This record gives sequence, C-alpha cells and structure tokens, in this order.
Amino acid sequence: MSEITQQLPPVVEFPSLEKDSFDIRAIKNSTLTLMVWGIAIMASIPLFSVIFMLISEGGSRIDIEALTEIPPAGFETGGGFGNAIIGTFVMVGIASLISIPFGIMAALHLAILDPNSKLTTISRFLAKVLTGFPSILAGVFVYAVIVITTGTYSAWAGGVALAVLMLPTVTLAAEEAMRQVPQRMKDAAYGMGCTRTQVIMQVVLPTGLPGILTGVILAVAGAAGESAPLLFTALFSNYYMAELAEPTASLSILIYNFSGMPFDNQIELAWAASLVLVVLVLFFNILARVVGRSKFKE
Amino acid sequence: MTSLSDTGEFIAKKYEPKGPVVLDCQINNIYYGNFRAVRDSHVPIEKNKVTGFIGPSGCGKSTVLRSMNRMNDLIESFRFDGSIQYHSNDIYGKKVDPVVVRRYIGMVFQLPNPFSMSIYDNVAFGLRLNGFKGDEEEMVVQALKRAAIWDDVKDKLKNSGLSLSGGQQQRLCIARAIATEPDVLLMDEPCSALDPIATRQVEELMVELKEHYSVALVTHNMQQATRVADVTAFLGVDISQGGRTGYLVEMDDTQKIFEDPQQLLTQQYVRGEFS
Ligand SMILES: Nc1ncnc2c1ncn2[C@@H]1O[C@H](COP(=O)(O)OP(=O)(O)OP(=O)(O)O)[C@@H](O)[C@H]1O
Ligand SMILES: [Mg+2]
Repeated sequence: MSEITQQLPPVVEFPSLEKDSFDIRAIKNSTLTLMVWGIAIMASIPLFSVIFMLISEGGSRIDIEALTEIPPAGFETGGGFGNAIIGTFVMVGIASLISIPFGIMAALHLAILDPNSKLTTISRFLAKVLTGFPSILAGVFVYAVIVITTGTYSAWAGGVALAVLMLPTVTLAAEEAMRQVPQRMKDAAYGMGCTRTQVIMQVVLPTGLPGILTGVILAVAGAAGESAPLLFTALFSNYYMAELAEPTASLSILIYNFSGMPFDNQIELAWAASLVLVVLVLFFNILARVVGRSKFKE
Repeated sequence: MTSLSDTGEFIAKKYEPKGPVVLDCQINNIYYGNFRAVRDSHVPIEKNKVTGFIGPSGCGKSTVLRSMNRMNDLIESFRFDGSIQYHSNDIYGKKVDPVVVRRYIGMVFQLPNPFSMSIYDNVAFGLRLNGFKGDEEEMVVQALKRAAIWDDVKDKLKNSGLSLSGGQQQRLCIARAIATEPDVLLMDEPCSALDPIATRQVEELMVELKEHYSVALVTHNMQQATRVADVTAFLGVDISQGGRTGYLVEMDDTQKIFEDPQQLLTQQYVRGEFS
C-alpha cells in the first residue's frame, strides 16, 4: 500500500452565531430580566397609587376658589387655601435666599479654596450629618433662637428653619458639582492668565452650574414639602399674610390641620392642597432634571 | 567640552544662541517635594525660533516647559531653583505676578482641555480676559483658521467645544492660545492626539507662528523635531543618584543634534537605540 497517509485538512466547525433560547445562560438572563422588571413595577405601585388617590380625591375640588380663597371656619362651605400657597412660596423663598448664597460659598471653600484641610474635612462631615438631621429638630432649634427671642411665630422663623434644612443639601450638591470640573479645564484657565477669582467665576461656576442648580432645586422641593419645622416656627394663619413677622400659613401645615377635622369640606380641601403640593414638588424635581442637562456636555 | 558639577554630575556644554533670546532659562534644580525632577539645564529659548525638547518619557520635558510660565506654581510641592529671564526680568523674581507672566507666555497642554462653552467662546475667552477692544469676531475667525480647524467648525461655532473629536479639541486649544497673540507659546506634545494631516497643519502653523512669536515645543516625534525645530534640546534621565532626575544632555541646532550629535546618549536616542 502506499506509505503516504493522506493528510485531510482539519474540519473547521464554525460556531453558530444564532441566539439559542434554551441555552442555560439565555434562560438565566431572561428570568433575571423578568424579575427585575417585576420588582421595578412593584416598587412604583405605591407612588402611582398615591398620585392616583390624590387626583381622584382632590382633583374635583381644585378650582379658582380653592386656589385663592382663605380657609373656611368650622361648618362653612367653600373656601380655599390661597394664603397657604403664598405662605409656602414666601417661606421657601426666604429659605432659598439664605441657604443658596451661603451654601454655594461654603461649597466653594470645600471644593476649591481649601479642599484638603482639617477644617474642610470636619465641615464636610458635619454637612453630611446635617442632611440626615431630623427636620423637627430644626424647628425646635429655630423656635428657641428666633420665636422665643422675638416673641412671635413668623414667616421669618419658618424660612430660617427651612434654610437650616436646605443648607447642607445645597452645600454638598454644589461641592460635588464643582469637584466634577476637571483639573485640566482649570489649568487651561490659569494658563491663559486667569486669577483664582477669574477661574472660579468664569470656569468653575459656569461649568458646575447645571449640577449646582439641580442640587438647589431638589433642596427647594424638599423644603416645600416640610411640615415639622414649620409647626414650631410659622404655625398657621387663616388669613393672607400682611407682614413677615406674624404667624403664616403653609400648605403642609394646612394639610396636617384639615385632614384631622371632622368636617367633609375641610377634608376635601386637605386632599386638594395635597395634590397642589405634590404637583409643586414634582414640578421642581422635573425642573431639576431639565436644568441638570448641561448645554455643553461632551 | 562638557564639564562636571562639584558633585561629579554631568553638565551639558553650554549652547551659544545665535540670535536674541526671549526666555533665558537657567535651571539649577526643580523639585517636587523631595524628588529632584530636573537639574542643571541651561535652555535658552530664542526669539522667532522653534526650540524643540526631546527625551525619554519622564525626563522632565513637561516640567521644564511648565516652569517657563509658572504653571507649576499651582502644584504645592513644586520648587524652582534657578532663573528665567524674560525681557531682562526674572519671571521667578519676588515682585513678579505669575498671572501676568501667563498672559505673555501662553501654553498648549499635552491633553486637549477646551472649556465647557461654545467653540466661539472658547477662542474669545482670552480676548475677553485681556479686555480686547477690537473686532472680536475677526480675531476668533483668524485664530481658528490659523489653527487649521476653521473648516471643521465654521458651521457650528455655537456648539460645545467638548463635542469635538480629540484632535479637533487640541486644535481648538491651539486657536484659543494663539488668539491672544502671546509673545512666547509653550506647546507640550500638541500633536499627540492628531492625525497625520492635522499634524502637518499644526506643524505649518508653528513654522508660521515663529515669524512673530517664539515657540517652545515638546515632542516625542523625531521627524516632527527635524521638521519644525530650529534648535533642539535633548534631556536625559540620570539614575545614578538613585532618583530619576532629568537633565540637559545636549542642545544645539536641530540638524547638528540629529546628524552629528556630540554625546553618545544623544546619538543612541535619535537613532532610536533606546527610548
Ligand atoms: N505634580 C507632580 N508631583 C510630583 N512629581 C511629578 C509631578 N509631575 C511630574 N512629576 C515627576 O517629574 C518627572 C518628570 O515628569 P514630566 O511630566 O515632566 O515628564 P515628561 O518628560 O513630560 O514625560 P512624558 O514624555 O511622558 O510627558 C517624572 O518622574 C514625574 O513622575
Ligand atoms: Mg510630558
């Protein structure tokens, strides 16, 4: 026989590139995907049922009257919570005027001016602790410092209490946003002959602005929904505010007061006010997402 | 010929500049904390010339360049021992404001670093900073054209500078740096992120720039050094003292450095025998 054994070329089998649904990995993959979806849906059930309930219970009472009138007394019908809307806006406004400038300046110190010193480490730690601070304690604190010394509940006091709550949130969010500004961008500015102030004003703040705004708006949204700190500081009022140094109504306290009353009219108004409050908070949250998108992202 | 310092370290033969010198850098030592990054290097930057810096990675090219406009002052551990004469002023003099120095001695960095603003505003940034009173738009367009990026961006001047590709970003940074017409331009491997065509355009730009300004250029690309540098300084790394200290090995006309180097180290480096 011939001595030459014929060498056959090895058979190359190409792997199939098609999807095999019965492959063990594919099965695991689809089961996990299903589970994640299921849990995500379950997690959003409470949120949607709250919103659904608010709309069905409070939606019918929302009209011009509810949004502008002052609260009804006892067995009265009609009325609204216009003064509480104004009060909430005014107090959140005061809180913003205090906490935003201070928060941003504190953030500048933490992020840019002196990022590694002991003082900074301690301040940052304290700010983090303060974000988890029970809000009612902010109320008690301001009660002791302002309400007792001035002798009256007031929009001022309410605003300051909300500011105490907003300050750490604004500071930490702004610090994070400023830290995100890359060093090489700052180097570029220094390299063009910027002073440190110019680097901050023309590069760090504009570049970090979307992040700073997001933090600020989320803090505003959180403050708008607070009730505990206002309980001790602004109390409530049945009338439109005439000045800042008098007890002032707010949506959250109105909801708290009216929902416990034995009158159907007040309970309906409490639902309507809740809906308004949730819409406000939701609006701020969406706004935060929109401004968070930088115009000049990569 | 070459000499030795009192500790027995090699010191390069002094380069005798043929024309006027705009930045006379006499570096004795540069430290980062306790680490001696560069020692004993005399590298004059001549007016209206491109001075190239070559050498292995980590030999201190960027360090030397960043010392020339006091960028390194931003690094806390940085310490400079020596002098850099600019128009008969030592830029490390006691009364000198580094901010002012950087307005005259501009810089293009190793990695592109446009600002998070529109392409137009990126280039106009320096003009506004210097309170430029003139036709801003014309200056911006001119800078973009000279940096060989005008065709890429002319239809989207309002878009973000960060939306450009890496090479385009680098050319934008070059446009930003030349818009203010700095006296001296320091360029740290400006072409490392560019394709060959853009590289050629930037090289042409450098040659064109030297008519009015003076350029110091760090490059890893030998061909680039031969194409654009009039004078080349070769820095080496000295590991004899345990550290990795960079020092000037040889500085001379580019042609001489590449064709007839006096030092063995230079010879090996330009022939690619070590890196
Ligand atoms: N900020 C700093 N702090 C401490 N050491 C530094 C710092 N910057 C650079 N060095 C050190 O100084 C030496 C020189 O660095 P440099 O960046 O100047 O090198 P280079 O020649 O530019 O290198 P490459 O070609 O890789 O860019 C290196 O050993 C580096 O580790
Ligand atoms: Mg370098």
